[in-house]
Amino acid sequence: MFPNRFEYRRPGSLAEAVQILAENPDAKLLAGGHSLLPAMKLRLAAPSTLVDLSQIEGLRGIAANGALTIGALATYNQVHDSAAVRQAAPMLADTCGIVGDPQVRVRGTLGGSLAHADPAADLTAVVLALGGEVTVVGSGGERTIAADDLFVDLLTTSLAPEEIITEIRIPDLAGAKMAYEKHEHPASGYAVVGVAAVLAMGDGGTIRSARLAVTGATAKATRLSSAEAVLAGKTVRTETIAAAAAAAADGLEINGDLYASADYRRHLVGVLTRRALERATG
Amino acid sequence: MADTMTAPATMAIQVTVNGSNRGGNVEPRTLLVHYLRDHLNLTGTHVGCDTSQCGACVVHLDGESVKSCTVLAVQANGSEITTIEGLAKDGDYHPVQQGFWEMHGLQCGYCTPGMIMASVSLLQRNPNPTEDEIRHGLEGNLCRCTGYQNIVKAVQYAAGQIGRDAGAADAPLPHDAHRPIHHDGTTPHDPASVDDWEDELAGESDES
Amino acid sequence: MSAILDPTRKLVGQPIKRREDPRLIAGAGAYLDDIKLTGMVHAALVRSTSAHGRIKSIDAGTARGMPGVLAVFTGEDFADLNPLPGAWTAGGVQNNVNTPRVLAIGEVHQVGDPVAVVIAENAYQAADAVEAVAVEYEDLGVVVDAKKATEDGAPQLHENAPNNVVLKWSCGKEAAEVDTALAAAEVRVQQHLVNQRLIPTSIEPRGSIGRYDPGTGDYTLWTTSQAPHVMRLLITAFVMGIPENKLRVISPDVGGGFGCKIFCYYDMALMLALSKKLDGRPVKFFEDRSENYLTTTHGRDHITDVEIGATKDGRITALKVDTHANLGAYFSTIAAGIPTTLYGRMVAGCYKIPNIRVDVTAVYTNTAMVDAYRGAGRPEAAFVIERVCDLVAGATGVDPAEVRRRNFIQPEDFPYDTGIGMLPYDSGNYEPALDRALEIVGYAGLRAEQAARRERDDRKLLGIGLSSYVEVCGVAPSKWIGLPGEGWGAGLWESANVKVHLTGKVVVTTGTLPHGQGHETSFAQLVADELGVPYEDIEIKHSDTLGTPFGFGTYGSRSAAVGGTAIYKSVAKVREKAKKLAAHMLEAAEADIVWEHGRAYVKGSPDAAKTIQDIALQAAVAYDLPGEMEPYLDETTYYDPPNCTFPFGTHVCVVEVDRETGEIALQRYVAVDDVGNVINPMIVDGQVHGGIAQGLAQALYEGAVYNDQGELVTGTMNDYAIPKASMVPTYELERTVTPSPTNPMGVKGAGEAGTIASTPAVANAVIDALAHLGVNHLDMPITPEKVWRAIGGGAS
Repeated sequence: MFPNRFEYRRPGSLAEAVQILAENPDAKLLAGGHSLLPAMKLRLAAPSTLVDLSQIEGLRGIAANGALTIGALATYNQVHDSAAVRQAAPMLADTCGIVGDPQVRVRGTLGGSLAHADPAADLTAVVLALGGEVTVVGSGGERTIAADDLFVDLLTTSLAPEEIITEIRIPDLAGAKMAYEKHEHPASGYAVVGVAAVLAMGDGGTIRSARLAVTGATAKATRLSSAEAVLAGKTVRTETIAAAAAAAADGLEINGDLYASADYRRHLVGVLTRRALERATG
Repeated sequence: MADTMTAPATMAIQVTVNGSNRGGNVEPRTLLVHYLRDHLNLTGTHVGCDTSQCGACVVHLDGESVKSCTVLAVQANGSEITTIEGLAKDGDYHPVQQGFWEMHGLQCGYCTPGMIMASVSLLQRNPNPTEDEIRHGLEGNLCRCTGYQNIVKAVQYAAGQIGRDAGAADAPLPHDAHRPIHHDGTTPHDPASVDDWEDELAGESDES
Repeated sequence: MSAILDPTRKLVGQPIKRREDPRLIAGAGAYLDDIKLTGMVHAALVRSTSAHGRIKSIDAGTARGMPGVLAVFTGEDFADLNPLPGAWTAGGVQNNVNTPRVLAIGEVHQVGDPVAVVIAENAYQAADAVEAVAVEYEDLGVVVDAKKATEDGAPQLHENAPNNVVLKWSCGKEAAEVDTALAAAEVRVQQHLVNQRLIPTSIEPRGSIGRYDPGTGDYTLWTTSQAPHVMRLLITAFVMGIPENKLRVISPDVGGGFGCKIFCYYDMALMLALSKKLDGRPVKFFEDRSENYLTTTHGRDHITDVEIGATKDGRITALKVDTHANLGAYFSTIAAGIPTTLYGRMVAGCYKIPNIRVDVTAVYTNTAMVDAYRGAGRPEAAFVIERVCDLVAGATGVDPAEVRRRNFIQPEDFPYDTGIGMLPYDSGNYEPALDRALEIVGYAGLRAEQAARRERDDRKLLGIGLSSYVEVCGVAPSKWIGLPGEGWGAGLWESANVKVHLTGKVVVTTGTLPHGQGHETSFAQLVADELGVPYEDIEIKHSDTLGTPFGFGTYGSRSAAVGGTAIYKSVAKVREKAKKLAAHMLEAAEADIVWEHGRAYVKGSPDAAKTIQDIALQAAVAYDLPGEMEPYLDETTYYDPPNCTFPFGTHVCVVEVDRETGEIALQRYVAVDDVGNVINPMIVDGQVHGGIAQGLAQALYEGAVYNDQGELVTGTMNDYAIPKASMVPTYELERTVTPSPTNPMGVKGAGEAGTIASTPAVANAVIDALAHLGVNHLDMPITPEKVWRAIGGGAS
């Protein structure tokens, strides 16, 4: 319940923050803090330095211009409440309204969730399915990482140690159909399995392309490429959806735990894939 | 000496708590809940877990509900904080506090301050919540005594009261917010009827 | 005049808003961790990471030099303190009682055992120093399962308990006799039942503050206890070996208990001893949630095999129950009484069963101690018998409601002796509660809907679960519960003092105490009615051994039936004395005095009355008292009831089960309870609500799990699922009223009924939904995966 001592830094600029990270390999960024501080209270994490990003300007804005740009420090509530997000990517707005609990949604940030890469987080799969990308700033300047390349392993991203996510971009998905379905852990509220589905629609009800991603079942948010392959180019029909659901878990390395075995999670991946597709297209 | 004050490596913070300017030096690792409880002696905010689950520590930080066990005191620097001790105004309970009393929304009382603060925010975001919205809106707060039914009713009571105070003609009366739990609708212990009962008897007494 | 101030109004039976609430809704409660004393320092514990090990070394050198650290002590520093006492001698427990010490010496037997204590100026510093203490253990092998613990070759926890057996106990008929009845039965069913381990999870964890006064040699202990008087006795006479009068124990506002705050814990004597070592600086220990889950007592944890004999028309003719009860690493304060007296003797439930045999083996394992948790033995018994009813229904094709009806004890049978050693059930009328519950829920319609869904092969199946329960409450009669060999060798009476002060204000002190139950309100309602003084003039004082008469505490749904009756009787004594004095004041014969709503007058002259306030003044100024009368209206009662009370009822749960995922949705929950007469129906309903939530959580969500290394896998609220508001249904309550003949108020007790009834109601509902698919049992918690597997999911 009592964190270890640490040095607290509150830089006024990204450059300063990057410099602190570069000088303190053991430092951690503090955004909403709702993953980091609980770990510190249990002394499962004991960073030497916390770099509080809250005083850095320009990390909270949400802008839409076909594509959607969301500052890394935008909270779940801000994303949920944003008319622009609801218009451009309703699944993202909806998911930000169910993640964690109401207090988590006040503090927790989209950038923080992606950087933390919890294997059972909701937003990792959602952003992955949306084909999002993140802009990061580090000592080498700015670069863009596609969500496809961001999640590397359990709690591990492709960010360099001194890199900071500054914004999340969601491409223009006009006309796309999307939904996120989740089986929630009764205690933690995290996803036992969550499946996010985004279908880009072509003419005559055909699926131009599909992006599906799973969380909770695997070490990191992962694309359901077998299901995507089944869907691409097909029209939306019960049989198509069933075939995609049946293929969804193919090739996944699925983990089990006390609450749900790997077998059951594998089953849920199929069921939730079907339900997400049905809701997206319903 | 207060529970968690320490000498070395402290930082100065300034906050407004329940309308008063407060300041002091804290270790950066000091959790906001410990700052409130141990430095400011505002012990109405409780600690019931160490994993940010139970919500007994919920306070308002710049107008929004936060778990004060998951915010550093230094993060609150410059902010406005309301705790359960600051919720009543001019000696009048906030409608949510009143609702908890009227509807028997508490038993041991330990989760209650956090539950009330979370409920106030819930109604700010959604002034007319359905029962389902209330239940989901309180997912950040755990109560082990009440089974939640009377907490739901307390929030419904407050929603009606706030609506009426705001002059909404169609706002449900607190009385209507109470859903009878007896199948035949003759809720003999309907706490809304406590008032009726007291009023009725008071009236009789006045006459006699 | 407000109604509540009017002494002529009857308050008992009315839903008076709680007088406890104004301070609690304003954040002005005073719970243990809110208490700050001058000079107070903070204790934190170094806890064992080994589930069973010999302590090879403890290195606290670094910790002692850390900022703010005043001292570090280990077990040897408290070798003069005795191990904690075990109070119950039930089940033939004799010389193998192993209770924990304040800090372990030599060996540890569970993860979390305290092995050293750090004292620091603040809690952060204490936590820092705890991390710096290095302890080495030699592994002694771990066993966490109660059955495996009794097998040859299992690791042995305590030398004096071969095969880790604490007790072997039985009740009912000889096994051979029940075997014969089973063999003769038309229908026979066997079932393996697991009543999983639960963590009570009061939202306030536990803690203690100890203060020693070097000037007087007196100690004061503030502690989160449901039984401060008993703690004073146990800590002084058994642990510390100091006179009982040298310790004052105070339970401040207590944030829920549910049983786990009844017991004597390591921190109580430890904080007192530490304060003495620190020359009187007060020392606080307040566990965090992880520590609470590790070492505050757990509940349930039974493994049971049942054999059932029945007739083809669903009458139960024989029942054989064999239970292994896991008591954990040590013997907690009343642990042995739970799986014996309060479980074994209640397995008949509300049914007439001619042949019953119960065998219980209680066992040590490398897990947290198990002791009373809300219901304490009775939920385990109700789970067995209510599953038995459904198993009989399944085997015979008789409807579950009808099975219950056919086996009920009938109204004319009371007082009823079940023949398995429980005191006779005092009163009951089981069928109306069942009928009403079925009527409210619309049972026939639901069965039709269930059949239609099955016919249509719907994805969402409907399940209806019943639970007709009876429980033993108001646990007290000393000549029964105190009898060595059966009980704990001590009585369970309660006491109360009622004083009417000179100004007419009434102060009631009671040995029972609330931790959420609203005693201050209910008891004041009772006193207002019985004494005829305004409710607002009555103070109910409790929870402090200085100023309250001895009481055994609040648990077992006994405060109203036993503690309340002590108040009732003290009020009656005050009234009698007041009548005598009124006769003197009115210059009349006592026989001519009429007592009405706090006024005494001579028969026929109600206008020339003396009020209770007039009489109290006269009794206090005392210059004109009759004969030998002592001054003051001040009466005490020590009340030992003749019997327990036996509340009952029927709960019905309706669930929808998703065949595809096994997900369970609670659709309806109907409870018809009979708790006798009711003092405050609002409070009683609140107790039932909370009880139902805890019981249904056992059926669906909760379960404490250890791995093979003895680590608690469900060690935080992130893993152990106590229900959120969105995880419980709306409860529909009604009551029937069958007054208890055991006490003059006719009350029975309501604190545990919901928990006892709801677990089997919910479990039966889920199993019922799947019955047509060949499912007749599922172990709890019934998670979606278990449902999915039971109906063929995962089968390759």
